[in-house]
Order: sequence, then C-alpha cells, then structure tokens
Amino acid sequence: MKEIILLKNGELALKGLNRHTFENQLIKNMKFRLHDLGKIRYTSSQSTIILEPLDENVDLNEAFRRLKLIFGIAGISRCAAVEKDMSVILPAACEYLKDELMIAKTFKVEAKRSDKKFPLKSPEICREVGGEILSKFHHLKVDVHNPDLTVTVEIRDNYAYIHGNQVKGAGGMPVGTAGNAALLVSGGIDSPVAGWMMSKRGLQLCAIHFASPPYTSQRAEMKVHSLLRQVSKYSGDILLLVVPFTHIQEEIKDKCPEELFTIIMRRFMMRCSEAIAKERNCGALITGESVGQVASQTMQAIGCTEAVVESLPVFRPLIGMDKDEVIEISRKIGTFDISILPYEDCCTVFTPKHPRTRPKLHDVEAAENVLDIDSLVKEALDGTKKISITTGD
Amino acid sequence: MEAYLDNSATTPLCSEAINKMNYAMRTCWGNPSSLHANGIAASELLEESRRIIANKLSCESDEIFFTSGGTESNNIAVLGAANAMKRRGSRVITTSVEHSSVEDCFQQLENQGFDVIRLRVNGNGMIDERQLYAATNPSVILISMMYVNNEVGTIQPVEFAKRAAIQSGANAIIHCDAVQAFGKVPLNPYNIGVDLMSISSHKIHGPKGAGALFVKKGTKLNPRTFGGLQEQKIRPGTEPMPAIAGFAAAAKAMPEIKDSLAHATALRDYFISRVSAMENVTVNSPANALPYVTNISVLGIPSEVMINYLSNMGIYVSGGSACSKGRKSRVLKAMGLSDDRINSAIRISISRFTTKQELDYLLTGLASAQKNMKKMK
Repeated sequence: MKEIILLKNGELALKGLNRHTFENQLIKNMKFRLHDLGKIRYTSSQSTIILEPLDENVDLNEAFRRLKLIFGIAGISRCAAVEKDMSVILPAACEYLKDELMIAKTFKVEAKRSDKKFPLKSPEICREVGGEILSKFHHLKVDVHNPDLTVTVEIRDNYAYIHGNQVKGAGGMPVGTAGNAALLVSGGIDSPVAGWMMSKRGLQLCAIHFASPPYTSQRAEMKVHSLLRQVSKYSGDILLLVVPFTHIQEEIKDKCPEELFTIIMRRFMMRCSEAIAKERNCGALITGESVGQVASQTMQAIGCTEAVVESLPVFRPLIGMDKDEVIEISRKIGTFDISILPYEDCCTVFTPKHPRTRPKLHDVEAAENVLDIDSLVKEALDGTKKISITTGD
Repeated sequence: MEAYLDNSATTPLCSEAINKMNYAMRTCWGNPSSLHANGIAASELLEESRRIIANKLSCESDEIFFTSGGTESNNIAVLGAANAMKRRGSRVITTSVEHSSVEDCFQQLENQGFDVIRLRVNGNGMIDERQLYAATNPSVILISMMYVNNEVGTIQPVEFAKRAAIQSGANAIIHCDAVQAFGKVPLNPYNIGVDLMSISSHKIHGPKGAGALFVKKGTKLNPRTFGGLQEQKIRPGTEPMPAIAGFAAAAKAMPEIKDSLAHATALRDYFISRVSAMENVTVNSPANALPYVTNISVLGIPSEVMINYLSNMGIYVSGGSACSKGRKSRVLKAMGLSDDRINSAIRISISRFTTKQELDYLLTGLASAQKNMKKMK
C-alpha cells in the first residue's frame, strides 16, 4: 500500500493572494530538512500539502519526526493512498488502520470529497466505511462527538487518502516568511525561548552572543552553541556572531558608577547588536527580557536600554510572561537542561551588588559620556567572529 | 609552556599503563570468562592484575573486586553494605566533606529511611573523633569516611571508625573512600581497620574506566547490579581487560611512597612559601594536609574566572571537585570559610611528575591574573 504524509498548514490558509509565497517557503524549508531522506514529491492544494515518497527507501518515521518541528504546519497525518474505488477503499481502511482500530473503543468516520465526480457523496462514504469497520472490529462503537479514533477518507484528484487521528504540528508561520531578525543570546533560560517564539512567527534567526574572555570561558560559549543547535531543530540554520565584550566591560567597570554598570553594559549590547543586525539585513532585534525579572529589566531600565536603538523594533516575546511559563516552554523545546549548566556568562561577571532599578535616562547618558563609545563599539564589531550553527539531528 | 596542576581530577597516563593496555588490546582481547584458550589468556591477565593491586594494599587477591572506578566502588560499598545490614540497625555515619559519589549515596539512604549522621569538620576540614564516638551506638551498621579529602587534602583519622564501633558494641561495616590516597600514602586496610576501601585507576596515571573495591573477607555486601558471575557477582559484566591491565601496570609503576611523598612535600612547601607572600591570597588547606592537594583563594577573582585566565596561559587547575562541574564547594562551606574565600577558591593538585618549573609558571600566572583582572565585586 502506498503511504504518503499529508500536512495541514492552518494559519496560512487565511492568507490572501500571497498565500503561495508562504506555501512555497514552507515547502522549501521542508525540502531542506528532509533532503537526505531520499526523493520526495511535494504538491499543494486547498491548504493541504502532500509529501509523496518517490523511492522505497524514504524513512517516513524519520520524516514525520522532523516535520513535527517545522513551523507553518498545523497538523500532520500519515495516510494510505489508494485507488478511488470503494471496493479498494473499504478493505484498505480496515487493513491500514488496524493497529489503531484494535486499541480504540470508539470511532467515527469523516469523509471529504473534493473530487465531486466521485459517485458517492460524503455521508454515503462515511456510512459504507463505518459499516465495513464495524463488521470487522466487533468491539468498536460509534461515537460521533468524542471518538478515540477518527477515520478520515479524503477523495482528492489522484487518490483516495485514508488516515487516523491527525498529529498536531509545530504551528506558526514558515521560517523565512517574515524576514530576518537578530536574537541576543546569553546562555540563560530566556533567550532561546524568545528566539524559538519569534522563529515560530516566521522570522529567520541570526544570533548575537557577547563573550568576555577570560572572565567567561570557552565552555560558556559552547553552551550557547548547544542551545542554538537545539533551537535550530525548529528554526533551521542560525548564524551566530560572537562579540568580544571584555574591553567594554572593563571600561565601564573602571569609569562608570557601579550601580549603573548593568544598564550601561546593556546599552552597549544594543548598540553592537543594532549595527550587526543592519549589516546582516535583519529587520528587528529579539531579547528574552520580561518586565521585573531582574534589575535591568524593570520598565525604566528597559526604557534606558531601548533608547540607544535608533531604527529597529525590539521584539520581547517574553515581556509579560512569568518565569514558570518560560521554563515550561524551555523544557518543551529541549533547551532547559542546557541553560542551567552553571557557567559564568557576560551578564554575571562584574554584576553590582546593588544595581539601580529605576535608572533615569539622563543620569545614564551622563555616566557613560566619559567613555569613548564609538571606538569601543567599533573595536568590538571588528573582533566579532562568525559561527554557523546547523540543524543538528 | 604548559602546567597540568589538576591531578586530583585526573592524571596523564604513564607509559607502563599505555604499553600494557596496548598489549591487552592487541594480544589479550578475549573474554576472561570464556572456557577456551583465548579466554584463559585474558583471565590470567585479569588475575595477574588483581594480584598486583592486592599487593599494593597488602591484602589477599580475592579481596579485590574490579569496578569501573571510584564512583562505582563507593556506590557498591555504601549502598551494598547498608542494604546487607539493614536488619541490624538503621543508623549510618559519614562526614560532611565526602565526595559526591559517597554523599549522594547517603542521600539515597536518607530517602529510604536510614538515620544518617554527617560528622561536622573543623576549619582544617578534620572531623573530631569525640563526635564520632558520641554518634556511634549499637544500631550503627555503616561508617564511611574518606581518607584524603579531594578538595583540600585533609587526612581524616579513619582508624577511629573501627575503634568507635568496637567500643560502642556496634557491628558496623567500615568503608573508606581512598581514591585520593592510593599511591600517595601507605594504605593497609587491615591496619586502618576498614572492611571496604575504594580506589581508582585514573588518579594514579592509569586509564579511566577502572577502579577497585577492597572487600575484607566475610564482609556482608549486597550487589547493586545483576548479571553474570564476574567479580563474585559483586560487579557483574564482562571485565574491561585493557583498562584493568592498565590500572595494574600503573599501580606496579608507582615508585616508593616515601620518595614521591618527599618530592611532593618539597614542592608544596616551596609553593606555599611563595604564594603566602602574595597579597590577597589565603591558603585553605591545613598545614598537615597531604602535600599533593593545595587549596588557595585569590580574593576578588571568582574561581571560574581564574581558571579561564590560567587556562589561556596553559595552566590547568580546578575550582574544586571536577565531579561538581563548577558548583559551589560543599567542603569549604563545611570548613566554615567565608563566601569570599569559597567563591575564589582554586585547587592545585600535583603528581610525582610535577616539576618546580610548573609551579613557578603557576605563580607567574597568579600574579599576572591579579595584575590584569579588574577586581570583581
């Protein structure tokens, strides 16, 4: 029996005349993620994409596992593709779904007939398939409201497709359809989650990490690599830019008031990030900030940080979330256990004992005026190194 | 230049171990349990290795059980003894400065309902034997105490464990984690009065993946894993012959203990005299510690930062136990050190191969760090 994968692309269906650009991007993303599995044909029609393996060796289990992580897919089903003939459909439904039918207690049948030339109407298909199943599996009962198993028969142009319950996809929009954005990533719990969330909305990520050797170690940077590799399972490849930050931090530590250290440091991060983002053709910055989580994330502090960003929006998808909620997502996407490894990062070195929680912009500006801001930023940008993080399966 | 000064974490392989492992891998790769000639050759190598280790501990070779290393030896000893003895009593005694592979086992016992007593230590990291006597009563079934502390080098008075048990009439099993002591101090489990003793291969210039547990004849011990008949069922599973043969070769290659001890003492005394002259440096190890381990704090520079800095110069030290992967030291806390000292503590651990030049290079590195690193916090 020929087997295919059928995808529902959910939210994309709501798009208007530019829908095909979203679908094309989604197919491109899928081709990229599945290219090593063998030849697969992708066809799309009526908010459904069909993946048809063209050679026998395609590992559909593996394809299915990877597809579940790709944004832009609302639901996934593995289907039997059979001839559009009831004498074939009836035994095929019982045979293909027998494992699921054996463990279910209740079921119903749904039929979708997009090929209107098919002689039976949808309710008639349901009745016949349902009758056949009941005659073969005596323990089953029909429940049309809350069945354990929904058997779906779709009559489309070339084949009839038979599948059981649909599995939820990763949702969101295909990565790349919303443009590029730069994620500031430290190594903590929040930033990978923020990156994942924005990637879900179709943004292609590049990542910026600030390293302060020798205060921070190679292991801290390796931790960022692992975090991004995990995120890339959803987002696709990520270009990581590592900015040397030691000199900037030492200058701030030397010349600025201690209680403003963190806020001034974060302003430098934003300046460097904006410059990198523009060079990389990014339309926004992404941070993992959440109001009130730490001293540098009070409303006033965020205001002071944002003031140096000249012309890009700053996306903070976690802004209203509790730590618990962020942790829940980070566990779900597999970054939590990496995030909690105990290495110093650029945000934990030099931290003042009593940081100012309600800094005023003019105080901060006056305090950092003693620094040669432009040349410090330039020095950091000149030393930035690029690392390509590829989807690790 | 490079200076490897983290020998309590692991040691470089000695050439004797490498050669023997090479031999075991190329020529003697059979399964020691096989009945055919190929297996017999391997089992002869296994028994030869066992005799070498037994010889180093002055015990019988059938009292040596090979394991995968110190952690497994400690787990079999603590959990296996408590499990075998649980009908006789519920109190178990250990110290507050044990390695995590002992401490975590006691946490397991605590969860199972055992009455766990952790002996406190003084500023030198040493237990007070009066406390031990006071805690020991007839319901004590297990006392586990490390010989040499892995973070500061303190030598515990392990011999008091047996005495305390006898005096109180407790029929307790005495276990000693001697991983950091093996090859560095004369070890005779009979003289110290211990029934179980853990040692490890990769701390004595042998390979990782091998260790041993001394089990005094007649000691009750329940296995933790189940399978074949290997190691008298205490540690089933096909023996990793290359690692065990390398372990034995490394043990055999150890020089006279008093010679290497003299070498280490001279180096330690030199280092301490120089480092104590530096500003903002405190020595956390007691004066009578084993000279192979010296713990110091360079105040104002957090441990991890110092390790990174020195690492960039090719100097390798650690913050504490490598097994704790950067978490704060439980041992220094138990010794009552201030947070400033705990946060900036580093451990320098030497071996018989360490040279004065390496320590000089470390002293240069420490001075350079102090000069170049802005005071943090």
